[in-house]
Parts: sequence; structure tokens; C-alpha cells
Amino acid sequence: MIPGPFAYHRPKSVQEAVGLLAQWGDDGRALAGGHSLIPMMKLRLATPGHLVDLAGIADLKGIRADGGDIVIGAMTTQHEVAGSDLLAAKIPLLRETSLVIADPQVRYVGTLGGNVANGDPGNDMPAVMMCLGATYQVTGKNGERRIAARDFYQGAYFTALEPGDVLTAVRIPVPPAGHGSAYEKLKRKVGDYATAAAAVVLTLGGGRVAACSIGLTNVAETPLWAEEAAKILTGSTPDAATVKKAVAAAEAITSPASDRRGTPQYRTKMAGVMLARALARAASRAR
Amino acid sequence: MAKTQIAITVNGKAIDALVEPRTLLIHFLREQLNLTGPHVGCETSHCGACTVDLDGKSVKSCTMFAVQANGADVRTIEGMAAADGSLHVLQEAFREMHGLQCGFCTPGMILRAYRLLQENKNPSEDEIRMGISGNLCRCTGYQNIVKAVQYAAAKISGVPFREAAE
Repeated sequence: MIPGPFAYHRPKSVQEAVGLLAQWGDDGRALAGGHSLIPMMKLRLATPGHLVDLAGIADLKGIRADGGDIVIGAMTTQHEVAGSDLLAAKIPLLRETSLVIADPQVRYVGTLGGNVANGDPGNDMPAVMMCLGATYQVTGKNGERRIAARDFYQGAYFTALEPGDVLTAVRIPVPPAGHGSAYEKLKRKVGDYATAAAAVVLTLGGGRVAACSIGLTNVAETPLWAEEAAKILTGSTPDAATVKKAVAAAEAITSPASDRRGTPQYRTKMAGVMLARALARAASRAR
Repeated sequence: MAKTQIAITVNGKAIDALVEPRTLLIHFLREQLNLTGPHVGCETSHCGACTVDLDGKSVKSCTMFAVQANGADVRTIEGMAAADGSLHVLQEAFREMHGLQCGFCTPGMILRAYRLLQENKNPSEDEIRMGISGNLCRCTGYQNIVKAVQYAAAKISGVPFREAAE
């Protein structure tokens, strides 16, 4: 499996990368870790004439606190996300999620930016970013803009990115201290995409759910933000009957494909099971 | 397509080479440098037989272009034994613990185990199993590979290796 021919570019700045990508239009692709794009190129499902490698741009690396947000450079690897003390302290959901993505070798190279920008419904970080209310910082030929993760995904491999855009960073509001979170992923083996997965962030107050947010992975053409399910839970203790109602509301918004991971009915049910488990674990971690 | 000049260190040796941008690192290592230790297994970044060490990371060289490795320091199984031919402790461990049968996965397993032990001198059995979860072996059932990594970890730390009761 040998990819089609292409010209390789390794710009030193975001501006230079944007200039190159704008110049080549649909024939240009940004290369991050490459662990989604290169397999596609080997299968000739992607045949870009120009690859713009973002690895030489120092500004795209690193994890930092910025006011009440944490900003993660797009070229930060999953391995770096999993190993970050700052993230472990402030947003442990990210470490938990990155550790169920692919395998150690892929996590050393695969990037957070690539994972969220690719638009593959099987990627895990998009639903987590929707759950966390993250925004993506994007630089294009008309300058910089921010796009909410919840508005970013339009269909399988279709996102709000335009040709020439580079997703430069992910900006995540730090959830309140004492929040609980969990990512539950059902997969057939290490390295597999989710049969179904659920991300939960919640805060408790006086034994009740004060706030709750839910994301679902790989059970529709796009990652899903289960707004209605979270609404049902808010204000509850959360007792078994309410959880059941919320799970039903989450299942109702799924429309998974049938594949070797299971039938649509099975994957919908598994999304519900993952959500129930994630809710229980997030609640047990909240203080 | 025009070739690109790359400068890369492989097993301690500085190398300048011309590569087509689409040349995968595994093909560069095997076909241009004749380093046939890293294997082409699945070609889809699942099996880990192509694993090499690159700038302190274990990477699947079938899912990286050689041009991406420009400037990098790469180590393959050929760079593990000492110049006098004495085995690296991990090679010795795989031999002593029967950590291989057909041997196809072994170069990738050893390079991955090498980086794992660099990051975690005394991994638990669970950590070893998760650490090599990107490397498939179809012969051993992994049991003796895990033992080999434990043997190497003990030897590096200078403590006697005690096989866990099964």
C-alpha cells in the first residue's frame, strides 16, 4: 500500500501553512500526526497533491492555562494529553479519554487537533469536546475565528473548516472544582473505534445534579451532544427512574450505522449502557 | 515526483538520503538502508511489527513518511545489540524467557518494550500488557513476552528476576 504522489511542505508558521493550503485549495491537506490521513492515503481514498506538515510550527504545541480556560495546541499529541499534570488536575476527562484512543504508538504521534478536526465520527475527542463546551481556534485566509465544538460537526468528515483553514488550538473552559466526569467506551479490542461511547461531566450540589453535560461517540454521522438527556438529569438526585429517562432521551437522538461492531439497534442500546455507566462513575467522582 | 533531501540518524549513524515524499519510513529503512529488522505486517498501523524508536517515542513506521522523520534520531532492532555483538538485555530476555516463536513480531515488541522501560523502570504486569497493546503476536499468547519484559526490567534494576506463580 503506497500512497499516491504528492509534494511535501513543512512551513514554520501558521500564516505560512494557511498561505500554502489556500493556494492549493482542495488539492492540499494539512498533515498533523497523520494516523487518520496516511492510512486513507495508502488506500488511495485520499490523494492530495500537496501535504502541508504542521509539525514544524512550534506555536501549535503545548498545554497552558489561560484565565478560566485551558488551551491545548493542535499538534499536542495524545501521549502528551495523557501525561499532562495540568490536565490531570483540571480536566481529568481528557486523560481518561486519550488513554482509550488507539494504542501507545499511535498516541505518541496522533494529535488532539487532528482527532477533533478530522470529522470522523469514530474519533473520541469530538464528543468529549462537545460535552466540555470547548471551542476550536481556527486560522484561515481571512484571519482567526473561533468555532464551538457543538457547531463544528456537520456530517461524517464534513466540518465547519473551509479549504485553507488550520485548526490551531482547542480552548476548554475548566469545569468547576469538585465536578465529576467519565468517558465510557465499548470497543472490541485495544485500538478499535467505539461501538458506542459516552462522555459525562456533572456537578452535584446538596445531593442533586446542579449541572450536567453529555457527549456521545460513534452513534451517528457526527458526535452528539445529548442536551435533552442532560436537562432531564439536572435537578435530580439522580435516581434510577430519572437516569432511565435520560438514557432513553440519549438513545432517541442516535442513528448509528450498521457495521461489524453491531446493528444500529445494538449500538443505540450500548450508547445507553455507556451513558448509564458514565453517569454513575461521574457522580461517584463528584464532590 | 521530485525527491526530497533528508538528514536522519539511524542507530547512531548520520545518514543523508533522497526520498520521494510518499516513501513510508518502513520502506525507507528496509529498502534504502537495508534494515530489514522492522517488519511490514498489517500495513494498517494495527500490528506494531514495524515499530521503531524515534526521538524517544515508539512509532509505527508504516504510518509515517520518511520526510516526516527528517532530523530525527531513529533506532531499530539492528541498533540494539552492542558493537561486539553482545545482546541488549531485552534481546537476552526474549531468548531466556522464550518470548518468541516465529519471531515476526519480535523486533517491534523489543523496540516497544525498550521505550516502555525507559519511561517506567518497574512496570506492573498490567502496565506491560497495556504498554505492548499496540503490538500483536499470533504465536505466544503474550505470556512469555510479558515475562521477558519483566526479566529485562529486573535485570536493568539489578534485582533477581522471580517468575510469578501461574
